Amino acid sequence: MARTTLNKLLPGEHGTIEKVDATASAIKQRLLEMGLTRGTNIEMIRFAPMGDPVEVSVRGYRLSLRRIEAESVIVLREP
Amino acid sequence: MNPVRTEKQLRHIAIIGNPNAGKTTLFNALTGLRQKVGNYPGVTVEKKEGRIVFDDGHEAILLDLPGTYSLTANSPDEKVAVDVLLGRSKYTAVPELVICVVDASNLERNLYLISQIIDNRIPTVIALNMFDVAERDGLTIDTGKLSEELGVKVIPTIGSKGVGIKELKRAIAEPSAPSLKSRQWKLPQPVQEECDELKGMLQKIHHLAEPLAFHEAIVLLTSSSALAEHNDHFAPELIDHVKKDHLHLERLGIDRNSVFVESRYEWIKRVCASSVVSKRRSVSSTSDKIDRILTHKVWGFVIFLGLMVLMFQAIFSWANAPMLLIGDAISWVDSQIILIMPPGDLRDLIVNGAIAGVGAVVTFLPQILFLFLFIGFLEDTGYMARAAFIMDRLMSKVGLHGKSFIPILSSFACAIPGIMATRTIENRKDRLVTMLVSPLVSCSARLPVYALMIAAFIPPHHVLGIFSLPGLTLVAMYLLGLVAALTMAWFFKKTLLKSETPAFIMELPPYKMPSLKSVILHMWERSKLFLERAGTIILGVSIVLWFLATYPKVDHGSPAERLDLSFAGRAGHLIEPVIRPLGFDWKIGIGLIGSVLQREVFVSTMGTIYNIKDAKDENGGASLQDHMRHDVDPRTGLPTFTTLTAICLMVYYVLAMQCMSTVAVMRRETNGWKWPMFQVGYMTLLAYSVTFVVYRAGLFLMALHS
Repeated sequence: MARTTLNKLLPGEHGTIEKVDATASAIKQRLLEMGLTRGTNIEMIRFAPMGDPVEVSVRGYRLSLRRIEAESVIVLREP
Repeated sequence: MNPVRTEKQLRHIAIIGNPNAGKTTLFNALTGLRQKVGNYPGVTVEKKEGRIVFDDGHEAILLDLPGTYSLTANSPDEKVAVDVLLGRSKYTAVPELVICVVDASNLERNLYLISQIIDNRIPTVIALNMFDVAERDGLTIDTGKLSEELGVKVIPTIGSKGVGIKELKRAIAEPSAPSLKSRQWKLPQPVQEECDELKGMLQKIHHLAEPLAFHEAIVLLTSSSALAEHNDHFAPELIDHVKKDHLHLERLGIDRNSVFVESRYEWIKRVCASSVVSKRRSVSSTSDKIDRILTHKVWGFVIFLGLMVLMFQAIFSWANAPMLLIGDAISWVDSQIILIMPPGDLRDLIVNGAIAGVGAVVTFLPQILFLFLFIGFLEDTGYMARAAFIMDRLMSKVGLHGKSFIPILSSFACAIPGIMATRTIENRKDRLVTMLVSPLVSCSARLPVYALMIAAFIPPHHVLGIFSLPGLTLVAMYLLGLVAALTMAWFFKKTLLKSETPAFIMELPPYKMPSLKSVILHMWERSKLFLERAGTIILGVSIVLWFLATYPKVDHGSPAERLDLSFAGRAGHLIEPVIRPLGFDWKIGIGLIGSVLQREVFVSTMGTIYNIKDAKDENGGASLQDHMRHDVDPRTGLPTFTTLTAICLMVYYVLAMQCMSTVAVMRRETNGWKWPMFQVGYMTLLAYSVTFVVYRAGLFLMALHS
């Protein structure tokens, strides 16, 4: 399993969240509260028509976030 | 038979839940049409209250709290919910019972809010909503087990089908006790110790109740910014203590942000493991198939634009028949009054002042109904979130958030709900920018003006076989407003309110069949607001304008000359030098003066002006459009209105701030006159300069052609 960031996952790829490393405390708090906590499985679903934001599946629901925010989520890519 | 109780004695129940959990549908099902919409004092968060009538006839007040994911209070909406639940709200009593609406198909994340709510020790009943969706997704939830784990009643419901409402009502009719279980989620040992110690200090020094002290302790330990914000609320010794705690936890290598959230989710995992049997964990596949098309690189845009064009063209053509009917009904009322009443000033006032003015605006009700119907359906199906998903890239280009798209889109209906919808934007500067540009988007009040000008001056030609020129003109006006709003947003973000592009973290709920009841209820609520305005302000303005256009009375001359000499004519002449460069004459001037209060007043003003002019030929059936088309400026011998004048007038209305209600809402939202005054100023300047350019360019093009 390779350590990477959420924005690097391609549609269909899964990863396990290691930590959220956003510098802005409010963004970090929101991402955590939306269920992006350590050990959670996350799947990249699709990119928006213009490439940004992206849609992920986490804890059984769909969440959209921008690439720049996805970059702060450190994941272990699953093979 | 019913026990008579006053408002104060009635039980207060609050309903809360994540956005998209079906809270509104359940609220409607529980209260029926016994609802009223107001505001929380001081903040402009919409406060919706309704009444539940129980089987035995007694009643309770149901308060609809804003939809929220957590009680961390990032936005004003969440703050209101937290304040009510924690008893910090001065104006709203602590609810005796809380109904938590939980999306059963999305249990884990929904339980996060639940874990915060039951921490507050308020009696709670959980409505496990969208039970059918969960079952379809292969989730079997043992409600008995879940209820046991949480220590509160759990009632399965399907709000859209009315399933479980009876059971829910029965559960809330019975007196409930707070969850008897002690807090189930556990913090790591050192954090737990710090948290308990701080809670104790808050209870002792600041005399906070235990749940509130616990909540505050978590907030203070979580973020340094909260500490800085509340510096003045707390004793210095407490603040020193918190600072030491922060250092202590950092030395232990504990991430203060994540430790509380993770601990709650640990507990949620245990609850779900014991009460949920999951066969297949995937979001409804139908929704996915739809999204493959609706958020497709090419089709996504085509469909989005197609929907917008369809919406505006439909408003224009479908609403036509009911509009004609209303017009006929008004003429019939006029003719009856003329039959009954003797001629004179009073009859003139009623027919040409009140009915002509209000009638001209009420005629546009069908179009407004259609607009709200469309917006309601887009919201209720879940497409609105996709619109934000598709549009976010563009919005971020001008430095805004996909979330700003929703207030801006709502402003197509009315800038007031649009401005109020900015409450979901957490960053102050972004919120301000969105509020400043929202009124540039063409609201429903402009529609009557566009409709009148287009019907009178844009020929009904067809373009490419399927599009009509009037329909396209309408789309162009709406696009102009949108482009102006985005350009000004970009400009403000670069200059006056410089800041980073905000974060975009938004749920994409599964698509669902819209609830006709919710859509119609929403449509009715908004249309009622429109009618109330037509009935009050516009009635008043119409009568004043009738007076100004009738007096001082002159017994000689043509109707046009008489109007010319009236008070209104004089005021129109007074501002004519200012608006001449835009191609507007003094009659349009009267219209502009009248519509400083409300845009749609322009139509009723025109109605009043032209009805008065033709007071003599009462049997003349010609419409307002015909009158305007055939009106000739007596001095130049040229028509008052040309297609170019009509376009200029529409452009002016797209860009100018002519709505007292919006100014009032801006004042309340920004807590002062500075921003609303700035808004009026910049919009008037923008409207004047753009209209000037359009008029000059139009004249130039016409000169080239001839």
